Amino acid sequence: MIGLVHQDPPVIGSARGRMDRDLAHLSDEGLLSLIAGSDEEALAELYDRFGGVAYGLALRILREDALAQDAVQEAFLAVWRTADRFLAERARASTWVLTIVHRRAVDLVRREELRRGEPLETAPEAAAAESVEETAELGFQRRVVQEALRRLPPEQRQALELGYYGGLTQSELAERLDAPLGTIKSRMFTGLARLRELLAQAGLKESFTN
Amino acid sequence: MADDVHALVGPYALDALDEGDEQGFEEHLALCERCREELAGLREAAASLAYGAPRAVPPPELKQRILAQARAERRNVVPLRRRRNWTAPLAAAAAVAACAAIVLGIWAGSLSNSQDPIESVLSKPGARLVSMGKAGGVAVAPDGSAVLALAVPRAPSGKTYEAWVIRAGEAKPGGLFPGRAGTSIVRIDRPVRSGEVVAVTLERAGGVSKPTTKPLAVSGEVA
Repeated sequence: MIGLVHQDPPVIGSARGRMDRDLAHLSDEGLLSLIAGSDEEALAELYDRFGGVAYGLALRILREDALAQDAVQEAFLAVWRTADRFLAERARASTWVLTIVHRRAVDLVRREELRRGEPLETAPEAAAAESVEETAELGFQRRVVQEALRRLPPEQRQALELGYYGGLTQSELAERLDAPLGTIKSRMFTGLARLRELLAQAGLKESFTN
Repeated sequence: MADDVHALVGPYALDALDEGDEQGFEEHLALCERCREELAGLREAAASLAYGAPRAVPPPELKQRILAQARAERRNVVPLRRRRNWTAPLAAAAAVAACAAIVLGIWAGSLSNSQDPIESVLSKPGARLVSMGKAGGVAVAPDGSAVLALAVPRAPSGKTYEAWVIRAGEAKPGGLFPGRAGTSIVRIDRPVRSGEVVAVTLERAGGVSKPTTKPLAVSGEVA
């Protein structure tokens, strides 16, 4: 038997919440398992990992700080209530969490009819942005994703951006671009599939999760 | 036409279906393995777009509000009976879960007494969670009951993951599991005692009596 390395096990006492716990060692998936057991510290750790990305996404879609905060709050509470369901999902924890965040933001933007504006205009930077250091990893991930988007054929990129960041439905997009619905569907499909390849090439897929 | 339904997977992954189309597609998803496979990959790509949004830092109060609200809800509900609607395809999730029969078997068993298997171990006095590195960990109670939570992808065909309980270099089989996207939750078949280590290897389908490959994950020594 090879490789029986002696590790320092982070020990979590049964008196949970009262002892020092090193949740940083847990995978995102492990964290969700604890959240499914109503573990508040695990929820706090999950927020530390994804709160920034979630807020950035929500702000991009909603373009208003208060609404973006609402979306993030609703999303994390949905995670809190339904983390047990993640166990039956075929997804990484990061994908599951960010899918919920996106869904909440898009629901809100549709409800608020904020899309009447121009979805592609640059989102406002949050006031606090300059005062807080961004982790190098996040900055790297942003550059890789933006670069991958740039490398997509323009019509695929447009379909992804207007759909994902703009919150437009496929039929709204078809109308806006004056293109057949079938064309929009296939741009979305092909664009995502291509994006996935580009990200995998960039090695980003691995760095998204632990 | 059936082809038209399949074509909705791209827009669905982007949350870009129109309201009326969504339910129909989710019903289709529950029946269509191919679309579920595709959706898993496309969702991952879509979620990565979140990282492409401009940098923004949420106000610190947001975290506090979320935690306060979570705490308040916890007091008002019975844990693991909080089954409110999530916006994602529940029918599809159920179908996917049905495929992961082994994991689901374990999970369903635990649901019958409304207990998360990990929670059921961790709720015993003196229970500990021992890290297995970044991929997961193992919850061990003083009575020897142990549950493994490990993020390993579905095992290739003809292969299975096998858990081991190791004392002084001697490994004893602790159960087989197939792996999946996300985290596998697996009860260890034999008691795990102080001084022992839990490891997981990839073995041929059906399992083996001694590990033949290098462990994919090894826990710290159980205290």
